Amino acid sequence: MVIPLKAPESGHHPSPMEIEKMEWKRQERWRRQEQLLTIASPILILALWEFLSRTALIDPRFFPPPTSIIRTFWELAASGVLFVHVGVSLTRILGGFLLGTIPGIILGLLMGMYRPLKAFFSPLLMALMPIPTLALMPLILIVFGIGELSKWVTIAGSVFFPVVINTAAGVANIDRAYLDVAKNYGANFRQFFLRIALPGAMPVMLEGVQMGQAIALLTIVAAEMIGANQGIGYLIWSSYKVFNFNPMYVGLILIAFFGFAFSLLLRWLGTKLVPWQ
Amino acid sequence: MRQGVSALNGSKIVVENLTKAYYRKNRSVTALENISLRVEEGEFVCLIGPSGCGKTTLLRILAGLEKPSAGSFSITRSDPNRPLQSMIFQEKGIIPWMTVWENVAFGLEMRRLPKKLIRERTAYYLEKVGLARFAGMYPKELSGGMKQRVGIARAFANDPEILLMDEPFAALDEQNKFILQEELLSIWEEDRKTVLFITHSIDEALMLSDRIVLMSAHPGKIAGERRVTAARPRSMEQIRSDPQTAALFVDIWQHLKQEVHNAKSANGKGVDG
Repeated sequence: MVIPLKAPESGHHPSPMEIEKMEWKRQERWRRQEQLLTIASPILILALWEFLSRTALIDPRFFPPPTSIIRTFWELAASGVLFVHVGVSLTRILGGFLLGTIPGIILGLLMGMYRPLKAFFSPLLMALMPIPTLALMPLILIVFGIGELSKWVTIAGSVFFPVVINTAAGVANIDRAYLDVAKNYGANFRQFFLRIALPGAMPVMLEGVQMGQAIALLTIVAAEMIGANQGIGYLIWSSYKVFNFNPMYVGLILIAFFGFAFSLLLRWLGTKLVPWQ
Repeated sequence: MRQGVSALNGSKIVVENLTKAYYRKNRSVTALENISLRVEEGEFVCLIGPSGCGKTTLLRILAGLEKPSAGSFSITRSDPNRPLQSMIFQEKGIIPWMTVWENVAFGLEMRRLPKKLIRERTAYYLEKVGLARFAGMYPKELSGGMKQRVGIARAFANDPEILLMDEPFAALDEQNKFILQEELLSIWEEDRKTVLFITHSIDEALMLSDRIVLMSAHPGKIAGERRVTAARPRSMEQIRSDPQTAALFVDIWQHLKQEVHNAKSANGKGVDG
């Protein structure tokens, strides 16, 4: 007979399932507390900021209280100015993003499929990649003019590299077994490209696109600070230059928001394009 | 080749003096040496041998995935519209970004057959291997046994002149292996295509084949052959309880044991498979 270590307090013995249920509930409770903690940190910081700014413990000219930033946000939105800046920036991001991603994917796939192409282009890419496209802004402005195209090209230039490199790596990493299957079942070039290379490279390629998206956002802000009179980057820079910090913070919030939104969007797109993972 | 006159003209697969060597700067290997082999129409032949005997290399050459260094092979065509051969691969032969349906239809689609025909044949073989309900799923949702059923359905649906199978059940647990062997045989019985099947399992070879070709390693050579005369259709129970196949098992094992010993003492390092 088994002697329990501790005599039960009541006559009720919990069944094994009941014990497991209690354990499960405890874990659920802990998970909910974790969620609370992740919400708590930004709220805490905003409250602290508000307090320090209102009591002038930090300079409210440079660090205006969050509530006043929100007010500025509404004012800019109500006057429509905000939407003009946002619209201009988003158009540039989208245009530049596509201008960099599409050639990046095509060249990456070709490099992944043809070793000679890879050998030919690799050193070129490796040499050009470390140059920040922003450092080329003056040249880009000279060649493509001061209009929208120069912004598109600037973004495209920085998006292109992570996309092309990841796409080529994605193709190179496709398991040889699948290449054998395609060959054995008689896939021609076009079928191989569409049914094996493209989908097989997709997961790694999307990581490159995700990276490109983040870089596009960084680039547009900086590019608009240099040579533009509209856009979120312009809003930030022009406000800063006249020491009007509220709109600057509005611009920063917008950048943070779009960065977050884009990566959610791309992740969602990823689940649609890569349903097999 | 030891079949007499009738075999000389009518053989489905003829391999003649085939040699495959791999050249590397420091270490060159002869994987196959002077392989000659004939497989008759409708015959199920298992190639068995220790790892490193080049049996996979031989199959890959027949599958058009590698080129022989010397010698030749031919597969007799009975119908110009049929592909010469289709391969059932080891565990990784199912393409993860295609659904079960797309995987089975793959060969037919590559050949640009009429859509209706593709649909019918794919549905037929999915039903045959019991995967009709899983047609829309991706391979990651399937067990190892189900994945191999997809591979079997894909090869049979393609309706080739001959079927090549590269240890398709090697990665499965024993119970699933038995079940799939019986399923494979029952699908095969329908039109009895010529099959060349690679395995390192004597049991598997006895269960499936009409003839077992024994290979030796370093370099890979054909070391003999045995006929399996057990009646078809076969079942695992029947094969296991038959004293004749039991004796054959011992015979083949003694032969292979010797081969493995020889390979060891020769300190052979060769290509695997």
